[in-house]
Amino acid sequence: MALKAENIWFRYNRRDPWILENQSITVEKGERLALIAPSGRGKSTLAMILAGYLKPSSGQVLADGRPLPAKGVCPVQMIFQHPEKAVNPRWRLRRVLEESGRADRIIPDLLGIEPAWADRFPGELSGGELQRFCVARALMSGADYLICDEISTMLDVITQARIWEVVLKEADRRNMGVIIITHNRHLALKTADRITEL
Amino acid sequence: MNRLNRRGRTLLLLSAAALTFAGIYALGLLLPEEAAAASYLDAGLPPSFSHPFGTDTLGRDLLARTIKGLSVSITVGIFASLISAVIAVLAGAAAAGSKTADACISWLTDLVMSVPHTILVILISFALGRGMTGLLAGIAATHWCSLARLIRAEVLQLRAQQYISISRKLGKTGGWILIHHLLPHLAPQFFTGLLLLFPHAVLHEASVSFLGFGLPPEQPAIGIILSESMRSLSAGMWWSAVLPGLTLVLVILLTDKLGEQARMLLDPFHAQE
Repeated sequence: MALKAENIWFRYNRRDPWILENQSITVEKGERLALIAPSGRGKSTLAMILAGYLKPSSGQVLADGRPLPAKGVCPVQMIFQHPEKAVNPRWRLRRVLEESGRADRIIPDLLGIEPAWADRFPGELSGGELQRFCVARALMSGADYLICDEISTMLDVITQARIWEVVLKEADRRNMGVIIITHNRHLALKTADRITEL
Repeated sequence: MNRLNRRGRTLLLLSAAALTFAGIYALGLLLPEEAAAASYLDAGLPPSFSHPFGTDTLGRDLLARTIKGLSVSITVGIFASLISAVIAVLAGAAAAGSKTADACISWLTDLVMSVPHTILVILISFALGRGMTGLLAGIAATHWCSLARLIRAEVLQLRAQQYISISRKLGKTGGWILIHHLLPHLAPQFFTGLLLLFPHAVLHEASVSFLGFGLPPEQPAIGIILSESMRSLSAGMWWSAVLPGLTLVLVILLTDKLGEQARMLLDPFHAQE
C-alpha cells in the first residue's frame, strides 16, 4: 500500500528542456516523506504529477497499485502554497468546506477555524486563516495520501505550528501517507520520518 | 454635500430607466387605436397643445404613434438582446470547452462579425418572411458575437484557476463546476452585455424597418414612422422626423448609460471609483 511515481519524465512542450528526468519516488501509507530541493528543481511539478494535476510525459503514478482515477474523489489530495488562489473568491468559506463532501466541524475546530469565518469571503480573511480552510478541505475529503507543497511558507510561526500539528496528528490517526515539500531543512527534520533530495 | 457614489447613481438610473420603459410600454398597450387614427382634417399640423408632436400627412397624432412605436421597439430590443446574450453565453462556454468546438465557434464568430450587421439582419429577416419573427431572429442571430468572445476568454481564464482543478480532484463533475464555479463569475458579464446589446438591437430594428425589410408598414414602429416622414420632410414637416427620432435617441442613451454604469460597477478595476 503506497503512492508510487515510477520513472517520471516531464516537460511542458516537445521543444522545452526536461523538467523531470526519470524521477521515482515512493511513500508508504503511514509514512511521512520530506522532499527537499532548491528552487527550480521541479519539486512542485512532481507534486502536481503525484496528485494528478499534470500528466507525466512518460512514466506512471500508482496509488495502492492502481493509476489515479480520472473521475471522482482523488485518493491523493494536494495542499498548495498560496491559499488565496485555491479558493473561489466569490464563494463564502462555508462552501469551501462543503466542497470536500463533508460538513462536520471536527477538523475545522481542531484547526481553530471560528464558525463566524464560514460566512465571510476569501478577501476578508488572512492567508493563515485561508490556509486552514484549504487544509481542512483536503483532510475532510477522505484522502489516503496528502501532498503538502510549501503549505506553511507564507504563514507566521504560530499558525505554522498549529497547522502541522493537526495535519500530522490526523495523518497518523488515519494512517495516511504524507509528502512534505519544503526548502526548510528544520521543518523537514521536525515533521518527516525520511528525507529525500531531488 | 451628499453626492451619490456610483452604486447609488446606478441604482437611481436603473429605477429611472425601468420606470420609463415600463411607462412607455404600458402607455403603448393602453392607448386606444383611435388615439393614432387617421383624420384628414388634422393632417400635417405642427406641434401644439392638442398634438404635442404634431400630426403626420394622414392626420395621425404623432405622440401616440411614437409611444406605440417605442413600445414595439422596446419589446423587440428586450427579446432580441436576451436571446443574443443567451446564445453568447452558450457559445462562449462551449468554445472554452474543447479545441474542436473552439475552432468551429471562433470561425463562425469571425464570419458573422465580418459581414455588416444591417445586411445580415436584412437577409435573415427577409428569408424568414419579415415581420416580428424575422426581425427578432435576424437581430438575435447577429448580435451575440462580441459578447461570446468576451465570455470565451473569461471561461478560458477561469478554467486555468487552481480552485477549479482542486474542485475536479474533489470529485466534482464538469456540470457542477460550470454551475457553481463558472456561472457566478459570468453573471456580471452577461448582464452588462445584455444592457449594452439592447440599444444596438433597438437601433437595428429601427433601421431595418426604416429600409422596409422589417416590421410591416401598418405597425407603428419608430423605423416605420421615420421612413414615412421622409416623404413629408421636404414639405417642411420637420416635426414628423425630429421628435420621434429624438425620443428614440433618448431611450438609447438611457440604456447605454445604464450599461456603462453597470460595467464600471461590476468591473473590479473601476468598482471603487
